[in-house]
Amino acid sequence: MIKIKDHNELFNQPDYQAQFERKKEFERPWPAEKVKEVSDWTKTEEYKELNFKRENIKINPAKACQPLGAVFCASGFDGTMPFVQGAQGCVAYFRSHLSRHFKEPFAAISTSMTEDAAVFGGLNNMIEGLENTYTLYKPKMIAVSTTCMAEVIGDDLNAYIKTAREKNVIPDDLPVPFAHTPSFVGSHIVGYDNMLKGILKALSEGKKGESNGKVNIIPGFDTYTGNYHEIKRLMALMGVEATLLADVSETFDSPNTGEYKLYPGGTPLPDAMDAVNATGTIALQRYSTMKTMDYIQKEWGQKALTLPMIGIKNTDAFFAELSKLTGKPVPAAIEEERGRVVDAMVDSHPYVHGKRFALVGDPDQLLGMMSLIMEMGGEPVHIVCTNGDKHFEAEANELLASSPFGVNGKVYIGKDMWHMRSLLFTEPVDVLIGNSYAKFLTRDTGTPLIRIGFPLFDRHHLHRYPIIGYQGALNLITMIVNTILDELDRNTIDTTSFDVIR
Amino acid sequence: MSTAIKDTQKMIEEVLDAYPEKSKKDRAKHLAANDPSGQCSTCQVKSNVKSRPGVMTVRGCAYAGAKGVVWGPVKDQITVSHGPIGCGQYSWWSRRNYYNGQTGIDTFGTMHITTDFQEKNIVYGGDKGLDAALHELKGLFPLAKGIGILSECPVGLIGDDIEAVSKRVAKEFNYPIVPVRCEGFRGVSQSLGHHIANDTIKDYVLGKGQLDVSTPYDVALIGDYNIGGDAWASRKILEEMGLRVISQYTGDATLNEIAIATKAKLNLIHCYRSMNYICRHMEEEYGIPWMEFNFFGPTKTYDSIRKIAAKFDEKIQKNAEEVIAKYTPIMDAVVEQYRAKLEGKKVMLYVGGLRPRHTIGAYEDLGMEVVASGYEFGHSDDYKRTYPELKEGAVIMDDATLYELEEFTRRLKPDMVGSGIKEKYSYHKLGVPFRQMHSWDYSGPYHGFDGFPVFARDMDMTVNSPTWDLIRRKKA
Repeated sequence: MIKIKDHNELFNQPDYQAQFERKKEFERPWPAEKVKEVSDWTKTEEYKELNFKRENIKINPAKACQPLGAVFCASGFDGTMPFVQGAQGCVAYFRSHLSRHFKEPFAAISTSMTEDAAVFGGLNNMIEGLENTYTLYKPKMIAVSTTCMAEVIGDDLNAYIKTAREKNVIPDDLPVPFAHTPSFVGSHIVGYDNMLKGILKALSEGKKGESNGKVNIIPGFDTYTGNYHEIKRLMALMGVEATLLADVSETFDSPNTGEYKLYPGGTPLPDAMDAVNATGTIALQRYSTMKTMDYIQKEWGQKALTLPMIGIKNTDAFFAELSKLTGKPVPAAIEEERGRVVDAMVDSHPYVHGKRFALVGDPDQLLGMMSLIMEMGGEPVHIVCTNGDKHFEAEANELLASSPFGVNGKVYIGKDMWHMRSLLFTEPVDVLIGNSYAKFLTRDTGTPLIRIGFPLFDRHHLHRYPIIGYQGALNLITMIVNTILDELDRNTIDTTSFDVIR
Repeated sequence: MSTAIKDTQKMIEEVLDAYPEKSKKDRAKHLAANDPSGQCSTCQVKSNVKSRPGVMTVRGCAYAGAKGVVWGPVKDQITVSHGPIGCGQYSWWSRRNYYNGQTGIDTFGTMHITTDFQEKNIVYGGDKGLDAALHELKGLFPLAKGIGILSECPVGLIGDDIEAVSKRVAKEFNYPIVPVRCEGFRGVSQSLGHHIANDTIKDYVLGKGQLDVSTPYDVALIGDYNIGGDAWASRKILEEMGLRVISQYTGDATLNEIAIATKAKLNLIHCYRSMNYICRHMEEEYGIPWMEFNFFGPTKTYDSIRKIAAKFDEKIQKNAEEVIAKYTPIMDAVVEQYRAKLEGKKVMLYVGGLRPRHTIGAYEDLGMEVVASGYEFGHSDDYKRTYPELKEGAVIMDDATLYELEEFTRRLKPDMVGSGIKEKYSYHKLGVPFRQMHSWDYSGPYHGFDGFPVFARDMDMTVNSPTWDLIRRKKA
């Protein structure tokens, strides 16, 4: 048998190392001392100051654009084709990005606008696009959002869809909700919000009637398929009939049966239409559902509660409010689950207490993680949120102030992972929490990374494990404490403290 | 017309029946049964024209071509994604163009740097912000050798003059600042982005570098993006032949290497689609000849080595034969190890610019047959080079849609499919062995003698994975 060497070992071989040396003659690199000098300088307070002064450029930001959130949201409805009015490269990118995270296929349509649409508008693209999509992919609903191109030239989605109906390229009764999702406003979480509001508005029109006694649950821009399954399990335990609005669990986690389904699942449209008649709606994220929740409260006249479910206290509050809303008691089974997870936290606390954490990610997920970490006696120190606004900043600061473990915490909105790099060098922490791109920070600073968030490209199946509810808290604690223990092992490997029992 | 061609044409017509009339008529021009002679006009596919709206094309855009392929891999310049956040985010290190260097200090390949347009930039323009951004970058990254500004859709639509900003600031910084007009709405695919990027290399960098000593054996390696280290594996062969690779385009490239390509005696191009433009330019302006080569699979590699050597003297030709003699037993052993497991297996390919034809020989070396092949963004010259590589009646598909790929798969029943990330998981659901042929599925290299064993191993693990047999198919 020939031993196959791939890139992981091939280029460490002497022949390649020699090749790299030879190549330098043509590369004309800086002298090694100069590189070292600048490298050391980037670790200083002086560099940090310079870094934090920048206002016009983002370096390794942790956010994506509105239409990504919109297509993600649309894919959570049964038989729905996400349809993007604009230039086609964007949709290729959304499909790649989501597929890389979930390891699942993702279908979405582009209207392939080019120069002529830039001049004359995208009406023709919309009409032909709807006709082709409807004929070829037979959707039950087409959910339209935009790219920055369509937004800059000012395409009027409402008028275009109306024209398409008049021209009979799609049937009158086919729901075609829409949302304007310019990429130069907000981020993917805003796009999610805009699309969800658009869909709920379109589907609920004229459907207001008797109360159906159900509860709507909106997970928000939540890329953990495990969370969706967990919600369904918990609602069954509670005996609550719930409608998950934008249920992407099957879309991004369907069984392999040797068959490719274009629409593997999602919230059934009749359920979504009936959501207007629910007892109330609970959103599990605030910043990805603001407009939607405002709409639900005002237009549907429902109780609209935002109850994040990451960590013990948040989950406690969720069940208390759900119980109030539905009149149903929290069953013993859930209470026992809580007890078991709290027991695990008590067992693990010595390795987390006083540990300093740096966090980067989306606003809602950061708030949840901060809460959980402080419940364990950990200290959130650097909280970097590229797509966080002033409201988030205030809420995060309030949360830090609520616990003695939040005293060292500082919140940075609009900052990116290059800012975080400076923070990690000048004020080191024990653990970093972030998405796969945060691994560059681990390489530069040596801070161990716990991968939580989106996207997670370089590890498999993490998104299948819930991080909400009590079970989710247990999963997070497991990830956190064992990362700390792994690091401890690495650091003590040649010492007397290389312990077996911990 | 032969039976093979007739049968394939019939199949294509069946597949097309699902389209609305207008799109059906259009798509028919992009699908054909292969005629290896490539002579008859009706059997050639139409290419490099607009995709129909609403059909789920696999294609990307000009920005993807310019950033993801040509400029992105240049390691010692800073590549700025100029415009809103998305494009830079989604193209962030997704092509694995390997490089050596200290990231964020003297090299910048794995970074995502963007002007992150907000509404005010759309209303008031992004020029001022761009000027300030360039200055901030200069302060934070003093060892950068240049900056590339890759414009996203809104920049072109609002009419920002990025050329003026670049010109002004370049003088101040005394290094190249390259404005690349690769807005995503330009052209019909990635392809125009390659062309635009080539033109900017020509206008802003070419001929402006330093090379102290020249030799008669100086060559430039063009159109290799070093995915999983491909260019390094190719470079190894060229060096063993006694050639001096003074320039590598653009995987692991520095600006100096790009600039000094004009001093090469011969330009060797691997990905014809993305970089033939710069080769043609160097031929016209500098009189540098260029030739295409193919380092996928031993047969094509031997053949290419000999063709390259033929452009030089007897010394190189002798070296070439020695290199071939050195690696032949190793390649034979690889073939022996894997051929038995892959013999007779059918392959369907749908990739970008060079792999739909370049990899055919490598599959054939393993006893596999390519039954369908096509390009996301090929032009007619790509297809003309492809027809003779495939058997009569093989399916040729240009700008195939998700629907067509799935339907051809059902009918052709390939043993494996090679395509991209967007196709990968739908094939997993179908239970059809699949390999990403844009990124080598995070493996590689696939080029050269060090690449072929990895290629063979990967194709074997794809076709012969026991996981496919675990799928419990629903009974029809």
